[in-house]
Amino acid sequence: MSSVIINEVRPGFYLDSVALMRYSKSIAGLDGVEEAAMMMASPSNRQIMFDAGLLNDVSAGAEGGDLIIGIRACDANTAEAARAEANLILDQPTTSGQGETWRPKSIRAAVKASPDANLALISVAGDFAAAEARKSLRRGLHVMMFSDNVSIADELSLKQEARELGLLVMGPDCGTAIINGTPLAFANVVPKGGIGVIGASGTGTQEITCLIAQGGGGISQALGVGGRDLKDEIGGITTLMALDALDADPDTRHIVLISKPPAKAVADKVVARIGASKKTFTVCFIGATDWDLPANARFASSLKTASEHALGGKALFANFNANAIAKPASAAKVCGLFSGGTLCAEVQTLFINAGLTVMSNAAIPGVDALSENSTAHTIIDLGSDEYTQGRPHPMIDPSVRDQALATAMADPSVGIVLVDVVIGYGAHEDPAGHLVASLGASLSGSTLVIASVTGTDGDPQGRLSQISKLETAGILVAPSNADAAELALACLKLAG
Amino acid sequence: MDNNKTADLISKPLNVVNIGLEGFANELKQQDVSTIHVDWSPPAGGDPKIADLLSKLGT
Amino acid sequence: MELIEKANQEALSRMLAADPVLIDVIPASEAIPNLKSHMILHAGPPVAWENMCGPMQGAIAGIAKFEGWADSLEDAFEKAAAGAFDFHPNHHFDAVGPMTGMTTISQPLMVVENRKFGNKAYCALNEGLGKVMRFGGNDDSVLERLAWLRDDFGPAFGKALRSGDGIPLKHLVARGLTMGDEMHQRNVACSGLILRELAPALARTSTDNEELAKILAFIGGNDQFFLNVAMAMGKAIMDPVRGIEGSSVVTAMCRNGTDFGIRVSGTGDQWFTAPVEMPEGLYFPGYTEADANPDMGDSTIVETIGLGGFAMGAAPAVAGFVGAGAASDAGNFTRTMSEITTGENPEWTIPAMDYLGVPTGIDIRMVLDTGLAPTINTGIAHKEPGVGQVGAGVVRAPMKCFEQALIAFAESVGVK
Repeated sequence: MSSVIINEVRPGFYLDSVALMRYSKSIAGLDGVEEAAMMMASPSNRQIMFDAGLLNDVSAGAEGGDLIIGIRACDANTAEAARAEANLILDQPTTSGQGETWRPKSIRAAVKASPDANLALISVAGDFAAAEARKSLRRGLHVMMFSDNVSIADELSLKQEARELGLLVMGPDCGTAIINGTPLAFANVVPKGGIGVIGASGTGTQEITCLIAQGGGGISQALGVGGRDLKDEIGGITTLMALDALDADPDTRHIVLISKPPAKAVADKVVARIGASKKTFTVCFIGATDWDLPANARFASSLKTASEHALGGKALFANFNANAIAKPASAAKVCGLFSGGTLCAEVQTLFINAGLTVMSNAAIPGVDALSENSTAHTIIDLGSDEYTQGRPHPMIDPSVRDQALATAMADPSVGIVLVDVVIGYGAHEDPAGHLVASLGASLSGSTLVIASVTGTDGDPQGRLSQISKLETAGILVAPSNADAAELALACLKLAG
Repeated sequence: MDNNKTADLISKPLNVVNIGLEGFANELKQQDVSTIHVDWSPPAGGDPKIADLLSKLGT
Repeated sequence: MELIEKANQEALSRMLAADPVLIDVIPASEAIPNLKSHMILHAGPPVAWENMCGPMQGAIAGIAKFEGWADSLEDAFEKAAAGAFDFHPNHHFDAVGPMTGMTTISQPLMVVENRKFGNKAYCALNEGLGKVMRFGGNDDSVLERLAWLRDDFGPAFGKALRSGDGIPLKHLVARGLTMGDEMHQRNVACSGLILRELAPALARTSTDNEELAKILAFIGGNDQFFLNVAMAMGKAIMDPVRGIEGSSVVTAMCRNGTDFGIRVSGTGDQWFTAPVEMPEGLYFPGYTEADANPDMGDSTIVETIGLGGFAMGAAPAVAGFVGAGAASDAGNFTRTMSEITTGENPEWTIPAMDYLGVPTGIDIRMVLDTGLAPTINTGIAHKEPGVGQVGAGVVRAPMKCFEQALIAFAESVGVK
């Protein structure tokens, strides 16, 4: 069967050649069409169409200002259909006018486009984070480095450069900050108020800011410094800058400092800086039992106590009575599975203070490293590196905890499974729902599950609605992480 | 520290350049915080030698 | 590094200070005294005969016959393979040429003088569309047109230019940008503007009305006439930027159909090359990607000065070449290119982008840091010699050129 050529001339119809090439391509792509072109009838275009076998007598009289539609197809019907389609396109040439929105590929371009930018939030892979932070500083941005796996040498040089420039580097591995009421990365919606928080720990800052909110207080700023800022190598550069800033901030009345116990020399500098301030402080070094502090500062060994100090000594959740809701544990061992590192540390502190033997993959002083066949209570930080290499953090993807939960629930030596549920910006959209679904039928067994929810009702997930999901499923819910630990202890005690 | 600009950070409206997880940028935009997201990719397509040179040469 | 920032600012300021003026058309032998018989200048970085693509070999055969160095195309192929001709890049002789970029002694070259720095750059005349030598065309019609350009058009054009003070190009290009040209794939406005500038002088200096009409019709009938002017202008602007110690600004980009090459200010005249890529674009009816030759020509000098793909926002009609690209996306190309340049040109602005200046001074560091290769608007040649243009599209400069350049550049500033 031979091909059919159809020509049509549209006199005086002008379209740009680029537009015509695009339309030609779509007609040539129709089923059964061998070749198609729409071109202005200039001599050179006519030659091109002739060479392509697209011209017949119909277009012989076409002149430069005319448009030729040339179609070669397998049969007449197909050719006619293609011609109709071509005319349709020509008469309604506008496609979507919606251009893709431009997105900068570099910090340089972003700052150019947004000259009032004042903070870079960096969460790229650790290998690249320091370079991006350096670029941000050179463009005058303060930096919050959510990224981890940044070398301590890079951290030091970044913080030194930042200090020269008067800029703050929060992090690396800074999960949480609240600046001017805006939660950044993993953070919660809390009211504005007079309490400033400086945290080397993300979940520690989350728990304290949420507990303060539940106690009726508010937060002026929550600045993260990164987990290593108070080590000797870094020397507390960011902590000291944050202290200066909050000390000078008229909206900050009281300052809470949260960290693991710092290096001695760094602690001395920080404590001296605190002593030089006219404001009052709460210092919470999780894992330490006490610390020598100046008169304007009080020590707290747990996040809950720190929150109470910050609230001026107000007791939190006075109506909560662990003994009243405790049930006897079916076996002697507690297995804690935490997504928040500092929540994990707080439970360890409370357990060893109660005289229990504890082991952990993220052991605080006085706690053993993990070992097989030990009868010690096991308190695991699922956010630590060995669980998150190449995987999302359990606060983003709670399924990281699923396997460990199933194992613990099936272990006859475990009587209590203790967990945290962290909500807020950055976190999973429904961690309580996920936890309940993951536990499934194991919830009807004899193992007790105890949880607390770190968050507020202002958070997208809603604290009360998360608690209600847990309670409906038969999980015992305490109002704070520390209270959850107390509840576990009460359940152990009931079991004798 | 006379030049500590942290006071500026905590007293002026937050205006964020987000590099990395886009979810952070989306959450900030939901809260009406001025945010520009960088469509980032590893420098030099991830070639460590070139990336190292770039960091020394500065951009 | 402060040295680099300073050096790049110097490079940018030299680009912006340039004052290119089209002053003359003269035979290549006069323009380039070092250009001798049997020497053939080609587009792109250096390339040996056996590594040249089909259109490049076809053009060389045609130009050898045109110059009388071979009796026939077959004879020219044999002589070329036997080493009878010396091949050099245009760039080594202050010249540039589109696509195959043939430059030999008897061809008329346009002369653009950079009056700020006193240097000159040269480019042959644009032959029009269809079968032309720049796309490897070499039949009698091609050679006849070249002879007319040499014997009639070139001398008349030169005479007209010499009768006045030349045509300043900076302002003309600025107007072209506001009229929808990007000076690589779209030169309609600038070709018209230059015809307007030139017509009175041509009329005044011409003695033959019929010949004058033919000349005016040739310019008026060639939408790409200005491309070659823009290229000589680009070369004239970039040459004074060469050899600034510590500058990571690109001073030339070009392709020979086999390799893509770049030069960087701080590393002088060294070429950094990598295999050229295939353009992506739209094809004339009857042709597909399978017919396309890899990217070719010195015309990327236009992108090097912030026009072409870098000025896409000025020419939304050209954005359609990018396959699915909508005209409304044109500005994104320009914005994206501004991520890899040292600055913008305050005199060459794009009205539809709130008078944003075209991105100027490609910085190899930023190319590698962002992973954004320069976007080049280009014509697509048929891979067989003698067929000509089969489409137009967009191609990206290969990253490998920039990687090599960065390593050499780092060494030049003592960084390892």
